[in-house]
Amino acid sequence: MSEGPEGPRRPEGLGALAEYADWARGRLVVAGRGLALFGLALAGLVQLIVLLGLLSVPPILVATSLPHDPPRRTLALIAAVLGIVVWFTLVPLALLWMRSVTRLTRRLSSRWCAVPIAEPYLPRPWAHGGKAGPRRRLAWVMTDQATWRDLLWVTMNGLLGWILPLLPAGLLVLGVVGVIAPYAPLDVRLLAITGAVLATWGSPWLMRGYGVLARSVLAPTRRAELVLRVEQLAQTRTEAIDTGAAEIRRIERDLHDGAQARLVAMGMTLDAAGQIIDTNPDAARALLLEARDASVRALAELRDLVRGIHPPVLADRGLADAIKALALDSPMRIHVASDLYGRPSAPVESAAFFAVSELLANVSKHAEARQTWIDIRHTDDMLRIGVTDNGHGGADPARGSGLRGIERRLAAFDGVLAISSPLGGPTSVTMEIPCELSLPKTSSY
Amino acid sequence: MRVVIAEDLFLLRDGLTRMLEAYGLEIAAAVDNGTDLLAAVAAEKPDVAIVDVRLPPTFTDEGIRAALAARREVPGLPVLVLSQYVEQLYARELLASGTGGIGYLLKDRVFDSAQFVDAVRRVADGGTAMDPEVIARLLARNTGDGSLAALSRRERDVIALMAEGRSNAAIAQRLVITERAVAKHTASIFLKLDLQPSDDDNRRVLAVLAYLGG
Repeated sequence: MSEGPEGPRRPEGLGALAEYADWARGRLVVAGRGLALFGLALAGLVQLIVLLGLLSVPPILVATSLPHDPPRRTLALIAAVLGIVVWFTLVPLALLWMRSVTRLTRRLSSRWCAVPIAEPYLPRPWAHGGKAGPRRRLAWVMTDQATWRDLLWVTMNGLLGWILPLLPAGLLVLGVVGVIAPYAPLDVRLLAITGAVLATWGSPWLMRGYGVLARSVLAPTRRAELVLRVEQLAQTRTEAIDTGAAEIRRIERDLHDGAQARLVAMGMTLDAAGQIIDTNPDAARALLLEARDASVRALAELRDLVRGIHPPVLADRGLADAIKALALDSPMRIHVASDLYGRPSAPVESAAFFAVSELLANVSKHAEARQTWIDIRHTDDMLRIGVTDNGHGGADPARGSGLRGIERRLAAFDGVLAISSPLGGPTSVTMEIPCELSLPKTSSY
Repeated sequence: MRVVIAEDLFLLRDGLTRMLEAYGLEIAAAVDNGTDLLAAVAAEKPDVAIVDVRLPPTFTDEGIRAALAARREVPGLPVLVLSQYVEQLYARELLASGTGGIGYLLKDRVFDSAQFVDAVRRVADGGTAMDPEVIARLLARNTGDGSLAALSRRERDVIALMAEGRSNAAIAQRLVITERAVAKHTASIFLKLDLQPSDDDNRRVLAVLAYLGG
C-alpha cells in the first residue's frame, strides 16, 4: 500500500530470486492500479460529456428552432420546458452521480496512493427532518463549493491528470515493445526500455504524486471543514443536552417515587407512634422499628441512585479502579488491564465509565460470553478502551439502541466507537476519546 | 475496650461516641481527619479504630488509605471502616492488609446499635465484620457460574452469615437453629467447596471470602 520507491534489498543466496519476483509482482500491481485510476478518469470524462450534453441540448434546440422559417414555436416551447426540467432535476442528479466517481477516487487515493482524502460535502439540509424536494436538492448541490471542485477535478483529470497513473503501465508496455521490436532504431528502443525501468522503479512515487494532485482539489477546503465541524458540533450539542435533560428527568422521577415517598411514609409512621406511645407502648415500639427499616431502605435507594449518577468509586479512584469495581460486581469473569498514569477530566471519565458499563450490560444480556477483557490505555492524547468478549458475536450498532446511545455519549467529546462482531464471535469494541490526563494525586500517607 | 473514631461529620462523630459509651466502650480519641487518626492510633494504642471512608481534605477514599496506613504502622491494629456505600474493591484491599481485625460496614448498620456494637467487639477481638451487601454481591457473582449451585438454600444462608464474620453461635441465633445444626451445615459447605475445615472462626471466614472472591 505505501511501499516506498526503493528497489529490492540487495539479496544474496537462495531467496534472491523470490525477492525479485515479489518486487516485480508488487510493481505490476501498482501498474494495474494505475490503469484502474486511468479508467476512472475516462469514466469521469464520459460523465462530463453527458452533463454538458444535458445542459446544452435544450438551449440549442430553442436556438435552432426559432430562426427557422416559419418559426417552430411548438418545438421551441417543448425544448424550453424540457430545458427547465433538465436544469432543475436532471442536472443535480448528474452532479450527484459525478460524486460517485470522485468519492471512489478519494477512497482509492487513500488505499492505493497512501494519500487519504476526507469528504468535503455539506450534509443534506433535510437530514434533520423536512422533505427533499427537487428545489431543495438543487440548492443543496449547487451551493456546495465541493460540487464545483468536483467538476474542476473531473475536467482536469479527464484532460491531463490521467497521464500520471497511466505512466507505469504505459511505459512498461513501450519497454516490452522496445525489447521485442527489432525493426525500430536502437536509440529509440533503448529510450523505451530506460523509460519502462524508470517508471517501474518510481511507480509508487507517481501514484503518490497523483494522490497529492487529487487531494489538492478533492479535499475539503478550510471553509468546508469548518462548516462540517459546525454541523457536527451543533448535532452533538443537541444530543448532549437531550441526554442530560432525560437523565435529570429520570433522577427526579426516581427521587419522587423512591426516597421521597419513603420519607413521607416514615414521617407518618413516626407520627402514629407518637400518638400511641403512652396508651400502647408495644405497638409504638413496632412502629418505630418499622420507621427505622424504612429509613434503611430509603438509604439503599439513594445509594443506587447515586451509583447511577456518578459512582463514588469513580470519584474516589478514577476510571481504571471504577471499572475494576464494576468487574468485581459482574457475574462474568472480567479481566481489566490499564496503563493510565493520570486521570482524564471528570466528564470524560464519567462518559467512558458509563460506556463500559453499558457495553458490559450488553455483553451479559446478549452475547452469552463467559469472559471479557477490558483494556484501558492512553496514548497520543487519546484514551483508548477495548472491550472484547468471547460470546457469539453478531452485534450490530444499527439494531442495538444501546450501542447508538454509547456512540452519542462519546460523540459529545469527539469520541468514536468501532465494533467488530462477526457471527460466532468474538466481539471487540474499541472506543477512542481525545483527552489529556491530569497528574495523579499523591497520597499523604 | 478503647476506641479511636475518625469521622468528619460532627453529628455522626458525636452520635457514635455516645452510642459506644452507652455500651460501656471507652472513646480514647475522636478525630475528624486521616492525619490525626494516625497520630491518635500511635499515641493511644486503641483496641479498635472506627474510620469513615470519606475524610478531608479530598473527601474521596481518604479513610481507606488512612486505615491501611494505620495498619502498616501498627500491624494487626483492628480497623472498622464505615461508608455510605460499599465496594468489593475496597473490601478486598482491606482484607489483603493482614489477617483479621477488619470490618467494613455501611453506615446504615449503626441504626441497629446492638448489632453494630457486636461487630465492633468482633473486630477488636481480631475477627471480621463484612457488610451483608458486600457478601450478597459476592454470592450473586458466584451463583452465576455454578460454584455455589451445589449448596442447599440453608447452606447458602449459613455461608452468607459466616462470610460476614459471625460465629456459629451468632449464626444459630440468627437462623433460629441449634449450634450443632450450624456446625453440620458448615462441615457440609467446606466439603462441597473443597475447603480446609478450621476451628478458628477467623481463618474460616478468610477461607470462605478468598474462595468467593477468587
